[in-house]
Amino acid sequence: MAWFLARLVLRNCFRHPLRTALTALGIIVAITAFGLLRTTVDAWYAGAEASSASRLVVRNKNSLMFPLPLYYRNRIEQLEGVKSVSYADWFGGIYIDRKNFFPQFAVEPLSYFPMYPEFVVPPEQMKAFQLDRRGAIVGRKTAEKYGWKVGDQIPLIGTVFAGNWSFVLRGIYHGADARTDESQFFFHWDNLNETVKRILPDKANQVGIFLVALEDPSTAPALSKQIDGMFANSRAETLSETEKAFQLSFVAMTEAILLVIQVVSFLIIVIIMAVMANTMAMTARERRREYATLKAIGFEDHHVVALIAGESLLISLAGGAIGIWLLYPLAAWVGHRFATIFPIFIVSDRTPLAAAAMAALIGVVAACAPAWRAATLKVADGFRALG
Amino acid sequence: MAVAEPPIVEIVGLAKSYRRGDQVVPVLQDINLSMTRGEFVALMGPSGSGKSTLLNLIAGIDTPDRGRLAIEGVDITGLSEGELARWRAEHVGFIFQFYNLMPVLSAFENVELPLLLTRLDRRRRREHVQLVLELVGLADRADHYPSQLSGGQQQRVAIARALVSDPTIIVADEPTGDLDRQSAREILDLMESLNERLAKTIIMVTHDHLAAERAHVVRHLDKGVLTDRIERPRARATG
Amino acid sequence: MTGVPLAYIFRNLWVRKLTTALTAGGMALVVFVFAAVLMLAAGLEKTLVETGVDDNVVVIRRSAETEIQSTVDREQASLVAARPEIATARDGSPLASKETVVLVVLPKRGSENPSNVTIRGLSSTGIALRDQVRIVEGRMFRPGTSEVVAGSRIAEGFKGAGLGESITIAGKTWTVVGVFDAGGSGFASELWGDTDQMMQAFRRTAFSSVIFRLAPGTDYARLRKVLEDDQRLTVEVHRETAFYAKQSELMSSFLSVLGSILSTIFSIGAIIGAMITMYAAVANRTAEIGTLRALGFRRVNILVAFLVEALLLSLVGGLAGLGLASLLQFYTVSTMNWQTFAELSFAFSMNARVVMQSLAFALFMGLAGGFLPAVRAARLDIVDALRSV
Repeated sequence: MAWFLARLVLRNCFRHPLRTALTALGIIVAITAFGLLRTTVDAWYAGAEASSASRLVVRNKNSLMFPLPLYYRNRIEQLEGVKSVSYADWFGGIYIDRKNFFPQFAVEPLSYFPMYPEFVVPPEQMKAFQLDRRGAIVGRKTAEKYGWKVGDQIPLIGTVFAGNWSFVLRGIYHGADARTDESQFFFHWDNLNETVKRILPDKANQVGIFLVALEDPSTAPALSKQIDGMFANSRAETLSETEKAFQLSFVAMTEAILLVIQVVSFLIIVIIMAVMANTMAMTARERRREYATLKAIGFEDHHVVALIAGESLLISLAGGAIGIWLLYPLAAWVGHRFATIFPIFIVSDRTPLAAAAMAALIGVVAACAPAWRAATLKVADGFRALG
Repeated sequence: MAVAEPPIVEIVGLAKSYRRGDQVVPVLQDINLSMTRGEFVALMGPSGSGKSTLLNLIAGIDTPDRGRLAIEGVDITGLSEGELARWRAEHVGFIFQFYNLMPVLSAFENVELPLLLTRLDRRRRREHVQLVLELVGLADRADHYPSQLSGGQQQRVAIARALVSDPTIIVADEPTGDLDRQSAREILDLMESLNERLAKTIIMVTHDHLAAERAHVVRHLDKGVLTDRIERPRARATG
Repeated sequence: MTGVPLAYIFRNLWVRKLTTALTAGGMALVVFVFAAVLMLAAGLEKTLVETGVDDNVVVIRRSAETEIQSTVDREQASLVAARPEIATARDGSPLASKETVVLVVLPKRGSENPSNVTIRGLSSTGIALRDQVRIVEGRMFRPGTSEVVAGSRIAEGFKGAGLGESITIAGKTWTVVGVFDAGGSGFASELWGDTDQMMQAFRRTAFSSVIFRLAPGTDYARLRKVLEDDQRLTVEVHRETAFYAKQSELMSSFLSVLGSILSTIFSIGAIIGAMITMYAAVANRTAEIGTLRALGFRRVNILVAFLVEALLLSLVGGLAGLGLASLLQFYTVSTMNWQTFAELSFAFSMNARVVMQSLAFALFMGLAGGFLPAVRAARLDIVDALRSV
């Protein structure tokens, strides 16, 4: 029986090839769009995903645009449970044109990279970088995008730190895995500080954030409190949190946009649900007489329901499968095209599952009304000619 | 004929009405009817007389408001939808005016449909289907789809489908209504031979006098009431 | 229209209520999304246009891009403020305001999520330069005190920013003594206080920007060149309107890219829905089409009848979608502007252009979905059509 029903479902699908194809096409588009939008949301969180809960970020309590004095470093380092402390400044320079965006940080060259093992730099390049005060290290993607090679001069125009800057590329880092951001640019914090001393003396010896590596991640809450307590009521109060929480607070600032994207990703599912429900309603209405015949012969309601639900699910799942299959090359293309906005644009493992669930949901919901009608159809009524 | 056989269809005081808006329209009033095994009954009457409704009630695809309706001694008026479906699968074979074949199934598969509701295995089903297709003279068309068959051939496939599970009664609703004269005659010949050679009990609704002539008994319905009864005794093979 | 009567077309839609509702419903959602994105872009534009006053000029440090990144030291600020091209107030003082702009982190009401809020330190001249700002609750802050006034969006959205509440920033407690309405402008997303107090609290020695009003008849382009070429100054000069528009370029282009991508994807779905519905309509009414043709209607009449049916369907969907979208006008979106890192609020805004574009979009979907089926209907052979049941 199951075998027979399956065969009948399959053949029914091909009775209106154009209608089936159009419906499936709609589902393909919807499922692919759903997957891409979900991946966009994931990309938004990629920075937070990749960040560690065993590192703390210490910043000025007022906001990130206020710096902290450099000497805080020693005081933090002396705390029990702190493995190492590094520091960084957001540079925000422009490479030739404002459109060429990539993140730039002035970092302390000796302590920064050991804290981020995901940035893989060949040892000799690292050495060359550490020895050159004007040196810089850049991610593979950015280097490839602008055709930079080790030894090249990189000019940047400062926005936060005014002036024309020039760096010598000493190394190119690779990500340890696909989820590492390969677009960042690093240079010596001392290089920055020297210029600041000259042009804005009262901003010298100040850093944007401290990065604190912990011996034991479970001590993060206690140490955060300890650090903030240590500098309470000073002229630069601190706010410490794990790197993950720090990144998430950035995401939260644009949560309205995230919300819109999420709402939209579900709306498209609802729209295609209406399209599919319409297809199934029309199909079932045309087959009323057949359902009545089957029931007259002795087939029961659940057989007829299985026929309708089967057809609906077959179309929606087939469309969903193709949609998911298309998602990967499309995501790769989007990731490449919008690399400056989304350095990490990878379809997560959960996305195809969610997309498949949505495809199944479309099939089930679309089948509901016609299946209910067919099940409650009185056999005698089914034979009355009606359209 | 004098031998007292238990009736295969026994209808006592059957009534059915429909609701149209807030008006109750009586369709059948106090129907009494009885059929014996191997009988071939034709129901005639003007449209709206309730003959199709009566046929639907006997076939168990509609339920009466009151009265007794027993097939082989079992009163089916009290059965639930599911029970009725199972009952139909076992006891009723249908022949429709518009054949009602599944367009996506071949002749063979259409005939096989009722057998899917039985416990027969694949091999046995195949045997049964081939047997009835031969009986209706379409063994060579088993792989054809309805759209590849003429109206008469489609109706023969439908008859094969009605026959294949060896039901207690066969109900036919205007079986020749959509056919040309020649095909209609062939279908009636076939039904007659089923009745005579296989002793199938048939109840048929028809407008067509030529069709009604083939039955043993012709009952007329008018405004929901059975009126006259014409018997046309004829030699019949006892099976 | 000489052709198939409209009543026939309309009733055909009415008879198949479920199908009509589902198809029009799908289209309504698509139009809703389309209109929503347009409304968002229109709202952002409205906010930016209203933030700037055309005669106002913003001076910031060269290549600083935003007031927050900019520092203009006292000396340079005074040089700028002393220009003769600056309009004067009734008392003869120049209409120029030296301002301090910083970002501080404040928790949002409800979610407690921290977000960056712009705090602007200004003088009474600075307030006078913003014609669109008016106090709606409480009063203006008094110079020389730690009083602040909050833009209406900030007062609503952030903890401690309501009238009579207070916030602690930079180790100092600031009391909110007033709430101001700033029209639809971006100032509604700012906190304002006394500039000297701010500089003290944030340990600033330099201003962020200088804002001034152009004296009537001033040649702006020339003034700009003079200021930017001045050896003593390292500044860039912008008209206020252009300055704010530029600050949201990224957000604007993001919205327009998002809008066009979504509209394209979504309309494919809706066009397919319309196509399926219309093909089925043609298939179900083949005999009717044959009858109409036999009665003397021409192919073109049939084509038009089905196109009109599709257009009617999409018009219903479009109107429903717009109706739904018009409810969005009660909502305000607040998000971080990527260019300034500061919170920016703007409302969904519906205007005639949004309405026209959305309806045109809906009709386009109807036309695109209905065309092929209508052609099929028109090309049916009379005899074949009549024979079909």
